[in-house]
Amino acid sequence: MSLSTADVQKVARLARLAMNPTEIEAARTQLSGIFELIAEMQAVDTTGIAPMSHAQDLSQRLREDKVTEGNQRELFQSIAPQVEAGLYLVPQVIE
Amino acid sequence: MLNYSLSQLGAALAAKKISSVELTQLYLDRIATHNPVYNAYLTVNAKISLTQAAAADGLLSSGNAGPLTGIPIAQKDIFCAKGWRTTCGSKMLADFIAPYDAHVIEQFNKAGAINLGKTNMDEFAMGSSNETSYFGAVRNPWNHKAVPGGSSGGAASAVAARLCAAATGTDTGGSIRQPAALCGITGIKPTYGTVSRYGMIAFASSLDQAGPMAKSAQDCALMLNVMTGFDERDSTSLPREKEDYTRNLNQPLTGLRIGLPREFFAEGLSADVGARVQEAIAEYRKLGATIVGISLPNTRLAVPVYYVLAPAEASSNLSRFDGVRYGHRADEYTDLADMYEKSRSQGFGEEVKRRIMIGTYVLSHGYYDAYYLQAQKIRRLIAQDFTDAFAHCDVIMGPTSPSTAFNLGEKGDDPVQMYLSDIYTIAVNLAGLPGMSIPCGFGASGAMPVGLQIIGNYFDEARMLNVAHQYQLATDWHTRSPQGV
Repeated sequence: MSLSTADVQKVARLARLAMNPTEIEAARTQLSGIFELIAEMQAVDTTGIAPMSHAQDLSQRLREDKVTEGNQRELFQSIAPQVEAGLYLVPQVIE
Repeated sequence: MLNYSLSQLGAALAAKKISSVELTQLYLDRIATHNPVYNAYLTVNAKISLTQAAAADGLLSSGNAGPLTGIPIAQKDIFCAKGWRTTCGSKMLADFIAPYDAHVIEQFNKAGAINLGKTNMDEFAMGSSNETSYFGAVRNPWNHKAVPGGSSGGAASAVAARLCAAATGTDTGGSIRQPAALCGITGIKPTYGTVSRYGMIAFASSLDQAGPMAKSAQDCALMLNVMTGFDERDSTSLPREKEDYTRNLNQPLTGLRIGLPREFFAEGLSADVGARVQEAIAEYRKLGATIVGISLPNTRLAVPVYYVLAPAEASSNLSRFDGVRYGHRADEYTDLADMYEKSRSQGFGEEVKRRIMIGTYVLSHGYYDAYYLQAQKIRRLIAQDFTDAFAHCDVIMGPTSPSTAFNLGEKGDDPVQMYLSDIYTIAVNLAGLPGMSIPCGFGASGAMPVGLQIIGNYFDEARMLNVAHQYQLATDWHTRSPQGV
């Protein structure tokens, strides 16, 4: 299977990865090779087979709805790129 | 002392032949001398390690020591350790100081073990050669031109070069077993859900599993005793009783049924690796085992299925790296979308971006059924193959990797070739089974180690360790160390 340049551009945008035309072309070639490998799956008849999402078919545990973690905002924000007054700063999104 | 087993080290510490501070300093000195060559460690912090060692000496003096108290352990840099730089091999986390401990780190701390440092790895554990690390390649101690395997390449190199007493690794598609094989050490990936993933930076959550990498099966058993255990903070942690993984080590192997999957000895396996594995099987016959021919018919589909499912999960897991709460943020950007895109593009390396792209594609509108759902269905067929096989045998054996360690740069341009080097290990992760690798000789050149893979049924780690230990009592491959070490 061969991917188009437009396919790769679309995926890069969805994945929030900035790529220049050279990188897009390199990715197109390599991804096409990988999808050729993956294409082997398509010939397999999986009618009636239930998808296996997980190694152990267990249901999710539930726990009591109570607070278990204390507030560690200062600790966690000490590693943030930009904070002010306890808030994470990002470029303005609303005029 | 560098070749001591963990129990010998524990005895030396208990008998006060050496203190934990002295032992830790011994390894720190070795790291200072040799790490510039191997690049096995990304971070050492002598102050923290020696403080832990002094505390361990206190426990030893007061008679409150456990089997690993005072023993220096190298931690893969995928585990968050409070106060330690935790990079996951990525520029994205190059300056990330973890604000909390992973469950695995907590367990070692509780046991009084020493965190000797954080080991190099493929970026976000995506790689089979350790070459995708942002911090440079790791050298294989058996041949400095060769890769150590990956993604736990730093851990494998550190154990083989005797730069730690033992190490931790993680295994999503073979990342403990393949580097263990390529560096001539012993490593085990336990049953999925046995070791908590809390604080272990996520790659593919339904496949990721941590485990020990050490000089012997016996050492791995002692490490697993510490690492395993239920943890409610990991939603896939299995609520099981703690078990003693050393309990079966000394059982004889008489009557053991070993399954040999014919698909593991077919085209693609190099002759020297195949020969060493057959010799190991012959040794097992001598130890009383019987050999059963089995088939895992969907083996060839494991790599394609994995390269749909693992990137899909990775693309989702790695969406958290947005340059907002932690990790790399670009210096310049125009708006929020531009900030996300630039931060991620600069912070992630080529292989990680490639896998995020694959994952995003297979999960995108219109392709989900053809790729993701189809892969999940075949995953069940692959798991069923193992279930069927275990009706006829107790353990499955075969090669860990199709060849001995390849050279640095050899597979650099072709991701598909790299992916195929995990052909024998990946199916085990898809099924969630435990798998291990033990050294069983050397390849054609006589210089590079070969790994024997042992695959067990769910929760059968104690038996696998017994099977490996009995071989290690009868042979001495696991005691060999590289020249100059």
